[in-house]
Amino acid sequence: MSTATATGEKKNYLNEHTGIWSWIYTLDHKRIGIMYTVTLFMFFFTAGIFALLMRYELMHAGPSGLMTPDQYNQLFTLHGAIMVFLFIVPGIPATLGNFLIPLMIGAKDVAFPRLNLLSYYIYVAGAIMALVALSSPVDTGWTFYTPYSIQTGQGVVLMTGAAFVLGFSSILTGLNFVVTIHKLRAPGMTWMRLPLFIWAAYATAAIQVLATPVVGINLFLLIIERTMGIGIFDPKLGGDPVLFQHLFWFYSHPVVYIMILPAFGIIAEIIPVFSQKPIFGYKAVAFASLAIALIGFFVWAHHMFLSGISDTSAAFFSIITFAVAIPTAVKVFNWVSTMYRGSIRLDTPMLYAISFIFIFMVAGTTGIYLATLGVDIFYHDTYFVVAHFHYTMQGGAVIGMIAGLHFWFPKMSGKMYSETTAKIAFILIFVGFNMTFVPQFVLGMHGMPRRYFDYPPEFESLHFASTIGAFANGLGYALAILNLAYTALFGKTKAGRNPYNSLSLEWQTDSPPIHDNFEVTPIVTDWTYGYGEPIKGQSHH
Amino acid sequence: MSHHAEVTDPQGPPHVHHMDSTTAYQAAKFGMWLFLATEILLFGGLFCAFALFRWTYLEEFHHASKHLNVWMGGTNTIVLIISSYFAAMAVDAAQHGDNKKVVRNLTVTIICACGFLVIKYFEYSSKYHHGLFPLNPEFNSPEFNKAYQSFFALYYCMTGLHALHVIIGMCLLGWVISLARKNRFSGRYYTPVEVGALYWHLVDLIWIYLFPLLYLVG
Amino acid sequence: MSHNDHSHNPEGHNHELGHVLPHSVYLKVLVTLLVLTVITVWVAQYNFGNWNIIVAMFVASIKAALVALFFMHLKYEDPFTWIYAIIPLFLLFILIGGVFLDNPFRDNPIPLPML
Repeated sequence: MSTATATGEKKNYLNEHTGIWSWIYTLDHKRIGIMYTVTLFMFFFTAGIFALLMRYELMHAGPSGLMTPDQYNQLFTLHGAIMVFLFIVPGIPATLGNFLIPLMIGAKDVAFPRLNLLSYYIYVAGAIMALVALSSPVDTGWTFYTPYSIQTGQGVVLMTGAAFVLGFSSILTGLNFVVTIHKLRAPGMTWMRLPLFIWAAYATAAIQVLATPVVGINLFLLIIERTMGIGIFDPKLGGDPVLFQHLFWFYSHPVVYIMILPAFGIIAEIIPVFSQKPIFGYKAVAFASLAIALIGFFVWAHHMFLSGISDTSAAFFSIITFAVAIPTAVKVFNWVSTMYRGSIRLDTPMLYAISFIFIFMVAGTTGIYLATLGVDIFYHDTYFVVAHFHYTMQGGAVIGMIAGLHFWFPKMSGKMYSETTAKIAFILIFVGFNMTFVPQFVLGMHGMPRRYFDYPPEFESLHFASTIGAFANGLGYALAILNLAYTALFGKTKAGRNPYNSLSLEWQTDSPPIHDNFEVTPIVTDWTYGYGEPIKGQSHH
Repeated sequence: MSHHAEVTDPQGPPHVHHMDSTTAYQAAKFGMWLFLATEILLFGGLFCAFALFRWTYLEEFHHASKHLNVWMGGTNTIVLIISSYFAAMAVDAAQHGDNKKVVRNLTVTIICACGFLVIKYFEYSSKYHHGLFPLNPEFNSPEFNKAYQSFFALYYCMTGLHALHVIIGMCLLGWVISLARKNRFSGRYYTPVEVGALYWHLVDLIWIYLFPLLYLVG
Repeated sequence: MSHNDHSHNPEGHNHELGHVLPHSVYLKVLVTLLVLTVITVWVAQYNFGNWNIIVAMFVASIKAALVALFFMHLKYEDPFTWIYAIIPLFLLFILIGGVFLDNPFRDNPIPLPML
């Protein structure tokens, strides 16, 4: 069995089997991860363009002439729905998770490779449904609140149906990852030796399995209500519209932890490597992932403070929302402590990781403002909320994903990208992002409502600045992704096995890895973060 | 049959290149339990809606529930319990390598499932004739009794979704039967039987709660 | 528990896979389930007010536990399976609890000291 291809290159997962069908029918988790990455970013840029169209409209007070108010409503609905359901929820797990989880635990593949491929095709089916839904547009906002979503245009059934199908994909991926992490760890890879990305991915997968079915039934009920006229949510028929919100947010709050936990995991991998120092407080960071996942199930009604819920419930949900900040703060503290007195290298992944910490501090703190009942009365449904969740979702989850894509790019492709181009893109993203959303915090504090087509002229300068930032931000993402895509296809600089000197298992095998990941099943004797510690045969933990 | 140098154990576990067979069995079982967890949460949303509307319309839910036939519902409960017993016995048969018994037991399970669906059909048609059906415009108008609308909306959603799962379970067990007819199972490999039976038991479990809620306490 | 290329015997000797129960256990569970069903229907004809639903749900839970523990062999499964079998019930309790913190208290909030 030769290890070289016909052209004499060493065999790896990319060149071993060629041709389009070897990708379409692949069971290799690495190839599935690549397919997800390409597909997801197509949707990222689509929804991003919708955002830029909106920001163009909002650049000046008064209608721009580019779109009607109804079209604006459709744009924010589509931007939100595509970004949430088609990009950021599958997000890191489907892309980097698929690629890395078996490698990091020393396995050959995930527990159910065929289910993995099925997950991808279910995602594609949901994506196609969503694209078809574009033809009869939805204007409810991505949250589909009743009773408006029962009454409005035709696209609601298709769009919610698409979200339902996408939920299946998410559940099956989560299920696969939970079983994989439980059952396929290499000999010696105990729970306490697992990389923190795996702890984060595990917590995420558990949420995917447990939370998604509830929004599934919620959307199912909405579809039945629209098509068969039964009254679960419609007050005219005896229903309760707020019940829709309860069932919706019971999933949609944990979903934001699906979005961010893997990003936390990526930061926990990057910082020790680029500080060449063990992570500070491994156990605390590991259990913080589980704590965030668990507490995240108890706070959903903080999205509903102004929906008419009782004061009693509002008080409870507010207090418990404060609690969920605590494990996150533990993580931030531990990342920073890891850097302290480390041997810092400011390569692109580390730049993104450090900026993540700053951005997430803002994100988390502004979340506390919103959790405070007296404050939320003014901030709910304003630009303050919009800025908060873009700080968490974009500044947090997306930047975490971009950081990870840069960090593991050499492993996935076997090539090194241009650091200069990557750093220029980073600067555009960082400056552009903050310039987009800092003005939005201010706008929100002054009462600018979200999902509005127009605004009073005194808000114009802030909106103008935000739009400029948005275009710079978009340019930055385009440059970053194009840099990686171009290098993957045409790059010449080869990467070695371990260009960043990481101790994690995925860096101890080829770049790109062979089909079965490891030539010999690894035997693990130490934890992943023993930087600067003498390598022994005995275990650290 | 022809000689296959590769097929060392036609009743043994299939070769999976990335796990040994014991791990594959445990993984499949664990995976199915996780999937059952999602099903519990799926129906759970409906139970949540039911709890809310029952609290909202307590007296009228009692009255609405009286329109349901307790004997039909009760018979269905017994039918499903029996079907579950035979599914469990099928797993036992597979553990002992008795493929014929697997086929017999799962066939009984499927026959019970058909019986369940037949009774459900009679229940639904009787409701239809009384006009208590969502597609009936009189039922759907704002003038109709709101509590009744809520009750029956949930009745159809919950029993309808459950019936869909009965059908899915039948298909799954049908597939297991087709494997058993080829003598596929033994004490060394019976994963599909176990996993299929687990799914079937969930169908039974959900009905165990649906029946008293909808038919008895209303 | 976490082995990869562990078994090199494709022939396999008789691995102990799942738990094998004596047939009498399955029969006893079946009979108990049927009896409990009859009891549930019988009790429901009497009006005990709020207790009706409590009793009904309690009996249903016993039946469900019997099915889960014995028919589904949960009694012999590892702790992680138990966790994932029970956590959905816990989360449903939280969901229904949250809704019932809301609706019943909408017009008549219980005054809490900290409000």
